[in-house]
Amino acid sequence: MEILLAIMTGILYAAGIYLILRRSLVKLILGIVILGNGVNLLIFLMGGLVKGRPPLIPEDASALEGIFADPVPQALILTAIVISFGLQSFAIVLIKRAYKVLKTDDIDTMNKTDDIT
Amino acid sequence: MTWFASLLPISLFIYFSTFAKGVMNGEIFNFFTSWVPSLGINLDFRLDNLALLFTLLITGIGSIVFLYTSQYLKGHPKLMRFYVFLSVFMGAMIGLVTSNNILTLFIFWELTSISSFFLISFNNTEKASRKSAIIALTITGLGGLALLAFGVLAGQMTGTYSISEMLQSPEAFASHEYTGYLLLFLFLATFTKSAQFPFHFWLPGAMKAPTPVSTYLHSATMVKAGIYLLLRFTPHFEANPQYFNIMLIVGGVTMLYAAINTLFKTDLKGILAYSTIGALGIIVFLIGIGTSASITAAIVFIVVHALYKASLFLVTGTIDHQAGTRDITQLAGLRKVLLPLSIAGIIAALSSGGFPPTVGFLGKDLIYEATLHGSISPALLTTLAVITNIFMVFAGLLVGVKPFTGKLPEALGPIKKPHFILWFMPMILAALSLLFGLFPSMVQSLFTNNITPLLTGENSPHLAIWHGFNLILLLSGITLVFGLGLYFLWKPSHQKEDAIAKIEGYAPKAIALQFANLFQKTSYFLTRTFQNGYLRRYVMIILVLLTIVFGIHIFINPRIFLSLTEIKSLNWNEIVVLLMMLISILFTVFTKSRLTAIAGMGVLGYTMCLIFIFYGAPDLAMTQFSIDTLTVILFVLVLYRLPKYLNLSNKTNRIRDAIVATSFGTFLAFTIIEIMNENPVKGVTQYYAENAYTLAKGKNVVNVILVDFRGFDTMIEISVLAIAAIGVFGLLKLYLKKHEK
Amino acid sequence: MNSLILNTISKTLLPLLVLFSVFVLLRGHYLPGGGFVGGLIAAIAFILHAFANGLNETKKILRIHPGFLIPIGLLIATLSAIAPMIITGEPLMTGLWYEKDIPILGKIGSALFFDAGVYFVVVGICLTIIFTISESV
Repeated sequence: MEILLAIMTGILYAAGIYLILRRSLVKLILGIVILGNGVNLLIFLMGGLVKGRPPLIPEDASALEGIFADPVPQALILTAIVISFGLQSFAIVLIKRAYKVLKTDDIDTMNKTDDIT
Repeated sequence: MTWFASLLPISLFIYFSTFAKGVMNGEIFNFFTSWVPSLGINLDFRLDNLALLFTLLITGIGSIVFLYTSQYLKGHPKLMRFYVFLSVFMGAMIGLVTSNNILTLFIFWELTSISSFFLISFNNTEKASRKSAIIALTITGLGGLALLAFGVLAGQMTGTYSISEMLQSPEAFASHEYTGYLLLFLFLATFTKSAQFPFHFWLPGAMKAPTPVSTYLHSATMVKAGIYLLLRFTPHFEANPQYFNIMLIVGGVTMLYAAINTLFKTDLKGILAYSTIGALGIIVFLIGIGTSASITAAIVFIVVHALYKASLFLVTGTIDHQAGTRDITQLAGLRKVLLPLSIAGIIAALSSGGFPPTVGFLGKDLIYEATLHGSISPALLTTLAVITNIFMVFAGLLVGVKPFTGKLPEALGPIKKPHFILWFMPMILAALSLLFGLFPSMVQSLFTNNITPLLTGENSPHLAIWHGFNLILLLSGITLVFGLGLYFLWKPSHQKEDAIAKIEGYAPKAIALQFANLFQKTSYFLTRTFQNGYLRRYVMIILVLLTIVFGIHIFINPRIFLSLTEIKSLNWNEIVVLLMMLISILFTVFTKSRLTAIAGMGVLGYTMCLIFIFYGAPDLAMTQFSIDTLTVILFVLVLYRLPKYLNLSNKTNRIRDAIVATSFGTFLAFTIIEIMNENPVKGVTQYYAENAYTLAKGKNVVNVILVDFRGFDTMIEISVLAIAAIGVFGLLKLYLKKHEK
Repeated sequence: MNSLILNTISKTLLPLLVLFSVFVLLRGHYLPGGGFVGGLIAAIAFILHAFANGLNETKKILRIHPGFLIPIGLLIATLSAIAPMIITGEPLMTGLWYEKDIPILGKIGSALFFDAGVYFVVVGICLTIIFTISESV
């Protein structure tokens, strides 16, 4: 499963990059979302996969012992997920505003500031 | 009160004078402080006779220039800035000539280049000034780099960065594998700084600076830094004939080229610039002869030249200040108004020409004596020297005499009498030229004793005005007669200047400028290619580069282990999740409908959520689930208002992007598989696992990390989220009011 | 969305979901959950209500603009972070714990308040963003 998930990460990256390379802003932001998922999966894989053993200390113990899922990448990903929500919402509102002002979502027409009044 | 600044060079001059007696008796003063001992960089200063000669020149002429400036630039709004740059330069120059550590010498060397840059571009509102400053900085900066290379190389070869200690390993400078490079770097540094052919062209441009700067930096001191370094390293290279031969050739070419060029200039400072280059050429040429007599001649000539050339420059400055022009074709008869100045100018011109009884005569005597007793072809060397000197006589007379003689032209208009400082300062220098000429023993005791042992085992010649009737006297006479003849017969004019300008397309300057233009165009092209303002291009360049790095790594070092047994052990639910993921990605990427794409994105998020559940991350699963829901809502809300998908890129572009994306994804997947085969380091995890309950009293380790161990990160994170929310609110709710638009 | 079923259900669901979110928040230190998830669940509860009953109804229930929850949350988090500096003179963010167990909640400490701060911030930003966008559509 690790190998399949590694390949899946590659696919997520490829899809995200392909969308980022499009000219449409909407596709750009979809690309960023997919790429974000790819990054999360990558971090998760790097921690090693452990089936069905969350990093919770049992009732009667005072430390995690034996085999358990790595909590460090989980904490990282949790932060990443929430932050990416902030990023995505800001970006999509920015797109909305840009579209309202420039009447286009083609990135190529946005690299000049002259037309904005 | 601006003369106040002059107290600095004057007091330094007095300070260094106190060492004179000791140094004349052969003492050497050292000052040593460790700076970066591990790199061999130390503040190691050493005042010997050569250094003292230069410090006295720097501070002495500095004093005069500082005083002169107080009147010359009186009331100039940036006068204080000028003094600051001038003082920086003076400090750097003193540091340069007293440094015994080649690396600190390099630092001072660069400082002089930089202060020269600021002084040349002092009138920074003029395009020509800025251009000249950049050319000068480029050329001398290039030389500075060569000096660094020389210093490091010499340091590596000899094991010390101390110039005096380097003498203990003479083989490095004579016949080492890398001696050729040492010579190359040293000559590159010194010839650029001392304006030797073909690097001379920055110096005439540097005359755009105010005249005191030209006097001080570009004639009397800074351009002599290269010569100082050549003299300093003469003992090191004593056994290396190439060292002297190259200098002989370059100095010879420079002096002839510059001397002939003086014929075609009409600007007083232009003439002086080329005669300065010529004089520098003579000095290098003299060092190149490589005998004790020639080195004495070189050192005396440094003093001679500094005195008369500084005087001539200051005379020119005063003429410019009072008459408002420096065009030699327009200037004449000024003696009626500027009598004291004309006396100074004429004495300086006589010294420049080598008329007795000025010190210039002494200098010329020594030059001929050196060339006549040179080791290689005395006849040729002497002929070269005579020809050059004829032109120098001409140039000196042109600048120092021509403006004062004849009839005062009407066109100049009324000329005011100058402030006394403006004629007194050149007068002091001219008087010194005369004084040293009348009492040659002063020159001998002050400057040449103990310096000539730069070369071992030879005695310096005795200095005197009168040696009796001999060949040297004859040569001097010939020089003077021909020089005077040239002065009376040849009249500089603008036509001649324009004629020579046509040939200058092939001069080193034009070639260097073309190279600079090419450089600029290339960098412009590269910038435009890589930074064309399109996001895709930037992303593409980064990705292609990363793909190549990954690709090379995998190609060189393939360590991919694929075991099929793993695939057999898959559960049906895992297969379903993977398939769902794949399908949702394909939908998101290839659909033509925005809503489908968003749905695909949502499904992708939920499958991620499932993966988190399978592999022991319930916190992540919950968060991912909620965030995914919110994101989908958000996108649906906004994207309804955006335009429909359009096929903006053509097919070729799409295929190209697809290739880039898939190859990157493939290599990334390979790399991940490779990394997963390594044993991960779990130190941090172990710490959290053991201490989550004992230290933080929590049993959900992920949560403990978030709110306790790494609580500060979370703190920052929620602040960032708050900023994002404020940003969204601001973008949508805050509009400019009508009157603010 | 004018669906009678959703209308009715959402009114009942709102308090239940908010209660659940608080539950998730409080148990976060021992079992899966915490401020982030709790906040997100609460935000979803309000958004669901807003979709079913209209934005104005939800705003009436909230009484204050959700944007004000952000500074409140940040303040709680900051206070819990600097509390050890003030109370016991220990460095920033040192965990402070009340000795005895409290029924249902378990141990109470500064970390719990910090998590509560996170909860408020998350509710605040989610609602601010979504409400602002839906108002401006």
